[in-house]
Amino acid sequence: MTSTLPRQVPYPQEGRGQPAISLRGAALSFGKRTLWKGLDLDIMPGEFFAVLGPNGSGKTSFLKVLLGLQALDSGTARVDGRPIARGSRTLGYIPQQKSFPPETPLRARDLVGLGVDGHRWGLRMRSRAYNERVDGLLRDVGAESYADAPVGLLSGGEQQRLRAAQALATDPTVLLCDEPLLSLDLHHQQAVSSLINRQCHEKNSAVVFVTHEINPVIEYVDRVLYLADGEFRVGTPEDVMTSEVLSDLYRSPVEVLHSNGRIVVVGLPDDTTHHHESA
Amino acid sequence: MNFQEILSAIFTFDNYAQLLPLVRNSLIAGAVLGLLGGLIGTFVMMRDLAFAVHGIAELSFAGAAFALLIGANVVAGSLVGSVLAALVLGVMGIRARDRNSVIGVVMPFGLGLGILFLALYEGRAANKFGLLTGQIVSVDDVQLNLLAGCAVVVMIALAAIWRPLTFASADADLAEARGVPVRGLSILFMVLLGVSVALSIQVVGALLVLALLITPAAAALKVTSAPGFVVLLSVVFACTSVVGGILLALGGRIPVSPYVTTISFAIYLACRLIGSRRSRRRSRRVDAVGQPDLRVAGSSA
Repeated sequence: MTSTLPRQVPYPQEGRGQPAISLRGAALSFGKRTLWKGLDLDIMPGEFFAVLGPNGSGKTSFLKVLLGLQALDSGTARVDGRPIARGSRTLGYIPQQKSFPPETPLRARDLVGLGVDGHRWGLRMRSRAYNERVDGLLRDVGAESYADAPVGLLSGGEQQRLRAAQALATDPTVLLCDEPLLSLDLHHQQAVSSLINRQCHEKNSAVVFVTHEINPVIEYVDRVLYLADGEFRVGTPEDVMTSEVLSDLYRSPVEVLHSNGRIVVVGLPDDTTHHHESA
Repeated sequence: MNFQEILSAIFTFDNYAQLLPLVRNSLIAGAVLGLLGGLIGTFVMMRDLAFAVHGIAELSFAGAAFALLIGANVVAGSLVGSVLAALVLGVMGIRARDRNSVIGVVMPFGLGLGILFLALYEGRAANKFGLLTGQIVSVDDVQLNLLAGCAVVVMIALAAIWRPLTFASADADLAEARGVPVRGLSILFMVLLGVSVALSIQVVGALLVLALLITPAAAALKVTSAPGFVVLLSVVFACTSVVGGILLALGGRIPVSPYVTTISFAIYLACRLIGSRRSRRRSRRVDAVGQPDLRVAGSSA
């Protein structure tokens, strides 16, 4: 490491109790390729934490570790002070947008209902509490108008709002998002990201937001983890998203331009530049 | 054979009142299979397993043919064949594309084996034909009990895994993240499907099993997306097809399967028609409300 920054930037609002997510000496590799190693990280409740980097840099694997779907090679990972357990109700998860087939036998409210109790065995005995919970979640994400529409006929943006509702169903203290804005139009990008931001800054959930495009959420992001080539940098967007830091990380000259509050990265290796240019 | 003779061969209702009590067991068996097919068919559609059902059926046929050849219980042979096939598919093919090529490779092999066993068999020809095209005329009490017993076990197991299976079928990634044992459920479902296929083959035969396990659910999905209603319609359609098919086949000398598949197909056509009207109405409603986001894509495709 020839870092010009300390690896761990202390969170500016320290003293808010125990971290929501805590990694110590975490390392992960696939075969001979190291995705990251020596990762020490505390993510606090109410923090909007973006994970950036090119394809294959281990962004999604980072989420899988937190979800308990992928074991670390070394080091420890804790959520809410406890070791990671798969299926924990303190974690909410918004996966990448993936369309439902047109004839999926579920309405919007049924999909959200799966987020409430879909993991339980047996048939569901419909109760008032269940119905009220689902209605409340649909209201929270602004999906009431299509609550009874078949999910297969909804647009990608509408489906993604429902996934947000599913993820919020357990009132998670940690919200993990895997490129939740991918393939959404600008209008829905804003709607979904402001929803996630509300959960973060109003309800005090820690948000881990994996994306290759920081601009749609730039106004919300508190800190960034930038992964590339088995190396990483952690810090505020102002600290990390600079020509100097990214050139160092990629080991080749990269230029970071700021325009109208947006960040444009030019000259990335392996042709990922276009990701950073489109909003 | 002129047209009149063909028609009277297809629809004969002479001595109907006397014949009806003789097929009491068959009717019960048909209703049980309709119920089972309707329930499991919903998940078959959701999990995109139509081709797998066909593949399992051919291996089930091979198992049944082998049992016939060595003088063993045909239902047991059919069960062994289809559960083995279902397990192989469940363990091997996670992604639909891999699975389909495995099925495409295994299915003709199973069918070929079945034909070999039947060619070696020297018993009644009707037994041979029945495995492929269905035979429900003579269901004795022992067979009925076996069939109903298996069906009840499958239905109880299905009820127990209903919700997590729905979750895993709709969104496997999310279900896995929520702690649903997605892979285990997938294998268990394949076993339940294998048993259902083996039982259905006893009525409609290996070639036509899709009429019982796919068509009713596919028809139901054309007219509704409410999960409870899909299951209810699917069961009603499947039962109507089988029981109606047996009742129509009763007087004639034609196997039961053409009646079953025709009723089932007619229901599907009707549902498609209703479904296309429904989606047109929806798109108009959406325009009126001014929600351009509510796509109606692929509703009639």
